[in-house]
Amino acid sequence: MINSLSHLPHPSADNPTLASHFTDLAPPLTARQAMVESARCLYCYDAPCVNACPSEIDIPSFIRNIHQDNVQGAAVKILSANILGGSCARVCPTEVLCQQACVRNNQQECAPVLIGLLQRYALDHAEFNGHPFQRAPSTGKRVAVVGAGPAGLSCAHRLAWHGHDVVIFEAQAKAGGLNEYGIAKYKLVDDFAQHELDFLLEIGGIEIRHGQKLGDNLSLGELQQQFDAVFLGLGLAASRQLGLPDEQAPGLLAATDYIRELRQADDLSALPLADHCIVLGAGNTAIDMAVQMARLGAHDVNLVYRRGVEDMGATAHEQHIAKENQVRLLTWAQPEQVLLDEQGQVRGMRFARTHLVEGRLQTTGETFELAADAIFKAIGQGFDGSALSDAQATQLARDGERIRVDEQLRTSLPGVYAGGDCTHAGQDLTVQAVQHGKLAAEAIHADLMLTVEAA
Amino acid sequence: MADLSIEFAGIKAPNPFWLASAPPTDKAYNVVRAFQAGWGGVVWKTLGEDPAAVNVSSRYSAHYGANREVMGINNIELITDRSLEINLREITQVKKDWPDRALIVSLMVPCVEESWKAILPLVEATGADGIELNFGCPHGMPERGMGAAVGQVPEYVEQVTRWCKTYCSLPVIVKLTPNITDIRQSARAAQRGGADAVSLINTINSITSVDLERMIALPIVGQASTHGGYCGSAVKPIALNMVAEIARDPATQGLPISGIGGIGSWRDAAEFMALGCGAVQVCTAAMLHGFRIVEDMKDGLSRWMDSQGYQRIEDFAGRAVGHTTDWKYLDINYQVIAKIDQAACIGCGRCHIACEDTSHQAIANQKLADGSHRYEVVDAECVGCNLCQITCPVEDCIEMVAQDTGKPFLDWLHDPRNPYREAV
Repeated sequence: MINSLSHLPHPSADNPTLASHFTDLAPPLTARQAMVESARCLYCYDAPCVNACPSEIDIPSFIRNIHQDNVQGAAVKILSANILGGSCARVCPTEVLCQQACVRNNQQECAPVLIGLLQRYALDHAEFNGHPFQRAPSTGKRVAVVGAGPAGLSCAHRLAWHGHDVVIFEAQAKAGGLNEYGIAKYKLVDDFAQHELDFLLEIGGIEIRHGQKLGDNLSLGELQQQFDAVFLGLGLAASRQLGLPDEQAPGLLAATDYIRELRQADDLSALPLADHCIVLGAGNTAIDMAVQMARLGAHDVNLVYRRGVEDMGATAHEQHIAKENQVRLLTWAQPEQVLLDEQGQVRGMRFARTHLVEGRLQTTGETFELAADAIFKAIGQGFDGSALSDAQATQLARDGERIRVDEQLRTSLPGVYAGGDCTHAGQDLTVQAVQHGKLAAEAIHADLMLTVEAA
Repeated sequence: MADLSIEFAGIKAPNPFWLASAPPTDKAYNVVRAFQAGWGGVVWKTLGEDPAAVNVSSRYSAHYGANREVMGINNIELITDRSLEINLREITQVKKDWPDRALIVSLMVPCVEESWKAILPLVEATGADGIELNFGCPHGMPERGMGAAVGQVPEYVEQVTRWCKTYCSLPVIVKLTPNITDIRQSARAAQRGGADAVSLINTINSITSVDLERMIALPIVGQASTHGGYCGSAVKPIALNMVAEIARDPATQGLPISGIGGIGSWRDAAEFMALGCGAVQVCTAAMLHGFRIVEDMKDGLSRWMDSQGYQRIEDFAGRAVGHTTDWKYLDINYQVIAKIDQAACIGCGRCHIACEDTSHQAIANQKLADGSHRYEVVDAECVGCNLCQITCPVEDCIEMVAQDTGKPFLDWLHDPRNPYREAV
């Protein structure tokens, strides 16, 4: 995957040392800390935190349960709304969701309740005798879910819960989607995505077939024929391009490609290290890339963005993490030319300085160069349209490149539903994808049972 | 700075903060540390007849708040488990070494004249400033006919008080048990017996919690538990009421009161004094934090007194008594309405749901475009119950505003809606 960087050296530290740089970014709460923190919750009514949670977890209730020594109850409360509550507790940008809305985030209240860490505490410490949710009697209905990311897994679990049989079709060797391949290593440690997957599958009635890719060895038409309903949780598989010459040169690649490799690496010291590197972009993926490279030992990590700090997609919290890891944030500069050495490998990048003229971004005419062993693109992910190439799939109505859905996550084709990043509904967040999967499953269930009653 | 010194029932002390008869005043070592820390006086842990009492292990349990702050402690410890001779010797020495501090000796012997006649001269010989009669201990001792078993029968209270006044020249403070229905009966009995003062409250019968694994209440002694005496901040409201009941009872008008029950701060002490106490006793707060708290209590009280222009305790002691009355004398025409300070409101919705579910549906919940809420009082529905203000986590966010109803003062005795109203 990263042949593009095969000419680079490896980190100088050994694997155990490097691994110690990728432990929990936010360490879990101890029992004592959970008690102190849960006592801070005011148990709001019609709570702002719940309204801010895309997956509608009853936060005041689960925190009260933690405080009243009912961790199991707290965990079930979370999981019944969000079966991937464990990974959401770790990867959610709570600073712009529940904790932003927390009434204790008010100036006079010092600081928001640490909702994310309390959620993790409940799920880390709950012990169940078997899976906490019982499947309903079999409906005899079969549903195909394409994509084993957060949206697909959430959908599959809710469907199985309702008594339907589910087959998940997944292109990759492992299920989990971005939780397995895309999130920074220090946010989901100890193979958490796979443990969570195992837990989710305990409900039964879910089969996962790997190496199955829509538009390649799988078509929507076939799925519609073989299943009673289809859910598309395709994600955004394509990395956006810069549109510059030499974009395929060794040393220039998508950040997501590198992160995927890093997440799967057993030996971090075998990864290529770009001692001087450039990360292009301003979202959380750009931050993840830059920080991880810094933690592998890179001395000079520059994150370059064509607009200002206030326009960055990464939250203030994420930007703070970058700064803490000695990542340099350069704003108002856009890529102009990939600079190559005599072997044709990346040696740096020339940037044009930018500014706003009457609200429009323009170059100032001034340029500068940054030396780099590698350049990582994190300028956004796009929908991989090749997935929707069969006769049925091409009929799906689209919003721009993504799949159009209504509020119940129904596409324009009867019996076909979609959710997560491949749609335009809501924010591109794990927690949003989980909610889509859950709502789509409810819609599928309602629609399927309607036909059962009618028949 | 204000002068905190007092003369209470003829007993002088440099400040009104005394340690109550309890484990902190069990022996010379503790009492000396207390005096070093600045306490104005101590009531030495209750002396009894030899052989001394024997205590069990364990002895205390607690009722906790959400942050594990102790709301109240329950104890099953008995009176002193040391010999009378040792206690008397230590009392004599401590009083000699600390002549300016109040040193009161708590006593509990069987309810027979000979017992009191025998012990009183021994105590008086120590040089102590007064005695306090322990008629309140609710655990253990009543099973032997002492403590609360005496305090719950006004005739016994009167009788024993009289014996003490007969066989002893020291001021007699009668400590009252709250485990009765009308505290005034006990206070009147003490006064009839010649008491120089009353002190209250002693501890309240209690069980704080149950170990649900072992199915035994706390504190656990072997395989069982027993009820104990409850103290600490949780009992303060009960104590304040009992103090006020005695202070405003015409029958005991002017009887000095030493306030006890959940006092942990200068403000607590000032409140007891406002309701008629000339001195206060502290125990639980010291047991939780050590003797050092007296420094903050003295400082806080004297600064508050300065801010109010009070030079001595008696300048404000009892000032709230006249404003404490029976329900029937309250102004039916008085009306307050809640007012929410929108700038201070953090939008938790607690006032709304409390009022909506359990009161008068007087706080409207308006969802704004940005997903936040605005909570507004519906004046026409608000009865001024204070519940919203109580449930609000932000101090001073909800104000109860007195309304100008234009109506004159009217109490229930004269209200036309009262079928038994007094003839005008």
